[in-house]
Amino acid sequence: MAKVLMKGNEAIGEAAIRAGCKNYFAYPITPQSEVAEYLAKRLPEVGGVFLQGESEVAVGYMIFGAAGAGERVMTTSSSPGISLMSEAISYIAGAQVPAVFVNIMRGGPGLGGILPSQGDYFQATKGGGHGDYHLLVLAPDGVQEAVEMTMNAFTLAEKYRGPVMIMGDGLIGQMMEPVEFPDTLKTEPSNKDDWATSGMDHRKSDKRNLVKSLFLDPTELNNNNLALKAKYDQMKREEVLYEGYNTDTDYTVLIVSYGTMSRVCKTAIDMMKEQGIEVGLLRPKTLFPFPEKPVFDAATKESCKHVISIEMSMGQMVEDVERSVKGRREVDFYGECGGDIPTPEKIIQVIKALL
Amino acid sequence: MGKAFSKPVSLSDTMTHYCPGCTHGIVHRLVAEAIDDLGIQGKTVGIAPVGCAVLAYNYFNCDFQEAAHGRAPAMATGIKRVRPDLIVFTYQGDGDLASIGMGEIIHAANRGEKFTTIFINNAIYGMTGGQMAPTTMPGQRATTAPTGRDTELTGMPIRMANLLKELVTPGYVTRQAVLNPKQINRTKKAIKKAFEYQVEGKCFSFVEVISTCPTNWGLTPLDALTWAQDTLLPYYELGDYKIPE
Ligand SMILES: Cc1ncc(C[n+]2csc(CCOP(=O)(O)OP(=O)(O)O)c2C)c(N)n1
Ligand code: SF4
Ligand SMILES: [Mg+2]
Repeated sequence: MAKVLMKGNEAIGEAAIRAGCKNYFAYPITPQSEVAEYLAKRLPEVGGVFLQGESEVAVGYMIFGAAGAGERVMTTSSSPGISLMSEAISYIAGAQVPAVFVNIMRGGPGLGGILPSQGDYFQATKGGGHGDYHLLVLAPDGVQEAVEMTMNAFTLAEKYRGPVMIMGDGLIGQMMEPVEFPDTLKTEPSNKDDWATSGMDHRKSDKRNLVKSLFLDPTELNNNNLALKAKYDQMKREEVLYEGYNTDTDYTVLIVSYGTMSRVCKTAIDMMKEQGIEVGLLRPKTLFPFPEKPVFDAATKESCKHVISIEMSMGQMVEDVERSVKGRREVDFYGECGGDIPTPEKIIQVIKALL
Repeated sequence: MGKAFSKPVSLSDTMTHYCPGCTHGIVHRLVAEAIDDLGIQGKTVGIAPVGCAVLAYNYFNCDFQEAAHGRAPAMATGIKRVRPDLIVFTYQGDGDLASIGMGEIIHAANRGEKFTTIFINNAIYGMTGGQMAPTTMPGQRATTAPTGRDTELTGMPIRMANLLKELVTPGYVTRQAVLNPKQINRTKKAIKKAFEYQVEGKCFSFVEVISTCPTNWGLTPLDALTWAQDTLLPYYELGDYKIPE
């Protein structure tokens, strides 16, 4: 298929449709409102459902309801909106239904700003809502990857019967890049009839289905949490994604960085290479599960003396980097999170200060 | 002669956890009867609230989802939009619907979502032990209004049926009660009508039911019926508030 030039937000909307998702509920928020605007036009063309909810709180439950009924469904939002959806995300995880959430991050806390940020790493990977749950978190570094990850997100959500999040930032949402849409992947969840409230007649069954997260009996609740834990363990074994850049050299510094920030780091790495300084990059593509072993291996390579996490935040992923490196190297951090993305020159300056 | 009285098929054969004299059980039965009468059990999805009726899914024999506190109308919206062929109903208390879930119910009603809401107004938070609800009467005692509801500080009780009637979008909005057999028969008709409107794909339908909570009102079941009749009904007038053309 030919490449088309598309804005990240619109490409994410189109990717959902190509992945067989015909249902979208959302509430407008900068910098991702274009997804809703695009789908408001596109979904009716394909016989789909578009609805602008009255708030992100309500949208979270529209997603929960539709997902519980066994239909593919997605919402997109940005940081403050994701905070409001976090209640529903916790319920969706507890009730074990598949749903796709996209967070085109902006700066926080509070109303923060509307420029790109990576300030929601903790929220996405460590909780956000209450209780023992995780989202499977995918972090694209551009429009092409945003498309591929969005399409895969539905398959993953159904494989694990739980919420999956795409973590982009304002830049990925707003920038235009040429993209190629992979051939439509469409896998129907095979076990849907076992749990979805699709109606007994629809399933030709006299067994009714229940979608719920309340387990008053302590053993039952513990079992539900054990079932979730088993899924997270399986994700750690099967779903970890990452990219190494310039890691086949004898680098002295290893950068760990993701999303938009990692692209700036790559430019800095190329520039330093010309100056005779080898720096490696390990880019997590899944933030949960985190590529612990790949980070450990890359950090403990003989030549590597320094590890640094570079983020558009005040230091969030760095905690997972430290955890992965297990004290074998000192882990530094550099970040900015006002909305200005650190330049390659700034990164070079930071790296040189380490040497 | 056929059997004169039997359990509705849509009601499970289980003991409920409701207190003696609580009217939640009566309304459950009326909903199940309406589902049976219309032959829609196989395509019905109920939504349980957070409140005493959180375990409603144990008592109904159809698909069920459990919402978070107040969010049932948003959940019902999600289901009904993606599967318009299903019959969807929410069953909510007054804390759930008129306090924390006020935004969700107003907007679902205003969009004319084609599902049915059964709203149990017992003028109190039953499940959490008798705290004040937005529907608690002036002077009525609650654990968080130990000397009685002070309307200077908390305003007047919210009349949901009156409020929803004002929306310009067409809908069916009625207030009924289950304090005596005559009222129960009327409530049954209203609930059935509400489901019929949904089956016809006509409009949003809302049945407020004045109910009792003997436990948290500190009254015997019989005194609770009398108190509701004398204190709630003059303020919460019964009848149809809005009927679609
Ligand atoms: C977000 C959230 N806040 C508070 C609660 C605690 N809570 C559970 S039920 C309830 C009140 C229910 O009262 P009502 O809706 O009137 O139902 P009733 O028990 O009277 O039938 C509250 C406050 C909760 N479960 N979730
Ligand atoms: S606490 Fe009140 S509403 Fe709840 S079951 Fe008991 S009587 Fe009914
Ligand atoms: Mg109540």
